[in-house]
Amino acid sequence: MSRDYEIVVGLEVHAELKTASKIFCACSTAFGAEPNTQVCPVCSGFPGTLPVLNEKVVDLAIKTGLALNCEIAQFCKFDRKNYFYPDLPKAYQISQYDLPICKGGYLEIDLDGEKTRIGITRAHLEEDAGKLVHQGDITTTPFSLVDLNRSGVPLLEIVSEPDMRNAQQARAYMEKLRSILLFAGVSDCKMQEGSLRCDANVSVRPWGQKELGTRTEIKNLNSFRALERAIEYEAKRQMDALEDGETIIQETRTWDEEKGVTRSMRSKEEAHDYRYFPDPDLTPLRISKEWIEQIKASLPELPDQAGQRLIEEYGLSEYDAAQITISPQSLDFFDQSVALFPDAKTVSNWMMGDLNRLLKQQNIEIEECLVRPAALAEMLKLVKNGTISGKMAKTVFEEMFLTGRDPAEIVKEKGMAQISDIDSLAPLIDEIVEKNPKVVQDFKNGKEKAFGFFIGQIMKATRGQANPELVNQLLRKRLNKE
Amino acid sequence: MALTIKEVEHVALLARLELDDFEKELFAQQLSSILEYVDKLNELDTDGVEPLAHILPIYNIFRKDEVKPSSSREEILANAPLVEIGQYKVPKIM
Ligand SMILES: [Zn+2]
Repeated sequence: MSRDYEIVVGLEVHAELKTASKIFCACSTAFGAEPNTQVCPVCSGFPGTLPVLNEKVVDLAIKTGLALNCEIAQFCKFDRKNYFYPDLPKAYQISQYDLPICKGGYLEIDLDGEKTRIGITRAHLEEDAGKLVHQGDITTTPFSLVDLNRSGVPLLEIVSEPDMRNAQQARAYMEKLRSILLFAGVSDCKMQEGSLRCDANVSVRPWGQKELGTRTEIKNLNSFRALERAIEYEAKRQMDALEDGETIIQETRTWDEEKGVTRSMRSKEEAHDYRYFPDPDLTPLRISKEWIEQIKASLPELPDQAGQRLIEEYGLSEYDAAQITISPQSLDFFDQSVALFPDAKTVSNWMMGDLNRLLKQQNIEIEECLVRPAALAEMLKLVKNGTISGKMAKTVFEEMFLTGRDPAEIVKEKGMAQISDIDSLAPLIDEIVEKNPKVVQDFKNGKEKAFGFFIGQIMKATRGQANPELVNQLLRKRLNKE
Repeated sequence: MALTIKEVEHVALLARLELDDFEKELFAQQLSSILEYVDKLNELDTDGVEPLAHILPIYNIFRKDEVKPSSSREEILANAPLVEIGQYKVPKIM
C-alpha cells in the first residue's frame, strides 16, 4: 500500500426498521415469503393509490436518532426521488431530501484503545425497492424477475461524515452502529437478509492536503469482512491510478467478493438527476418536544453505557467490555452467566476466548449457540471446585458447544473427573516415592528436575486426571518428610 | 427564458421519451413559454416566506403498525405483460 496518501471513507448504511407492516401500506414485512405474496396496490405502484405513513416508523427513526446523538427535526417531509428501474414500481422512491428526520449526530469507535468520534451527517426515512432476480446465467439470459415483497419496507438511511481514515475504522463504525441499533431495538440488523446494508464512499488524497480527492461509491458490501476488504482494495486501486498519472472518475463500483476486486458499474446513462420534489400524497411531519421526550424516556441501556457498567461494576478492561457489548444478546449472556457464577472476569475470559473462537469458527451468533449461560456457569463451578482442570474444561466446553449437552454429564461420560481427594492421591504418591529412592536422593540434592519426574509419574498413573495443584502440594509435603 | 434543444433532450431522456427533431423544436418553444409564464413568480418578494411542503395545512396523518392481508398474487400480476414463477418478467438490467 502506498504510504504517500491518506484514505478517506464515509459510509451510507441502510437499516430496515423493525415494524410488522410496511412504511406506507399494511402489507407484512416478514422475511422469506413466496415472491409477490406481500404486495398490494400501494406498494406495487398502482395508479390512484395513496400512501399512509406507519406511525411506528417515525417512533423508531426518532429513537435511532436519539441513540446516535442526533438532533431530531421538529418539521420534516417526504420527497419523491425519480428514476426508472424495474424494481421501483412507481418510477419514484419516497424518501426525504432536504429535511431529514435526524441530523448532526455521532458515535464513538474504539480501536486498540484509541477512541475516535465519527460524525453522522443525517438519517432519513425512505421505502425499500423490490428485488431483481436474474434468471439462469446472468451473462446469457435476456430476462430478470421482479419480486415486490421488499417494496415499501421501511428503511432509515444513516449517512456518516467522511471521518474514517482506514478500512478498520470503517468496520469498527459499522460494528458499533449495528450494536447501537440492536440495543435500541430499532432493527434486526441481519446483513445476510439485507436488513442492514452498507455502501462505502472511498477517496484518497496526498498527506496534508485539505481538499478531498475524487470519491467512488462501492456497493454490494454484505458483510463486515467484505466492507473491510473492499475499502482496502479500492484505496489501493486509486493510489495506483494516481501514481500512474491517471485521474479518478467519480462513479459507482460494485464489490466482487469472489475475485476480491471492485468493478465499475458505469452505464451509458448520464449523471443521476433525481428531480426531487415534495410528495403531495403525504402530509409533512411535526414532531413535538413531548414526543421526543417520551421516546427518550423509553431508550434502553445503550452499548457505551453497558460497557461503562461492566468496567465499573466488574473491573473489566475497556476492550473486553466493548466486545461483550457487541450485541444485546452477548451482554445478556454475560449478565446471566455472572448472576449464576459471580466471577465476572472468568466469565469474560471464557466469552472472549473459547466461546468467541468457536462462534467465529461456526460463523454463528451467540444467540444461536447451544451453550446457554446456565451451562457455562455450571462448567465454571466444576473447575472451581476442582472436579475438572482448566485444561479439561476446554475439552468439555467444546463438547458442550457442539452438542448442547450438560457439562457434568460430559465429564462423567468421558471419565474426565479430576482426582481431587487426598485419600486416593496420598497412597499413590507414597507408592511412587518409595519405589524411587534414587530420585528422592536427587531431589534432596537440590535437583528440581526430580520433582518433575514424580509429577510425571503420578499424572501417568492417573491418566492425567489428578488435580495438578493438589498433587504439587501433596508431593512437596511428602518429599520434605524424607 | 429559452430552453435549449440540449435541455429538452436531457429531460426527454430522463422521462424515457423519444422525440424527433420537429418535436424537440416544438417542445423547446412550448416549455420555454411555460417557464416564462411561471417566471413571473420571481417578481414577488418571498424573503421570509417558508417554502410550502404541502398544499394543505395538515400534518401527521398516520396509520397504526398493523398487518392486513395483502392482495392475491394473481390480482397483483394480472396486468403484467410477462409473468414467470410468480414474478414480473422484465428485460435484463445489468
Ligand atoms: Zn402493500
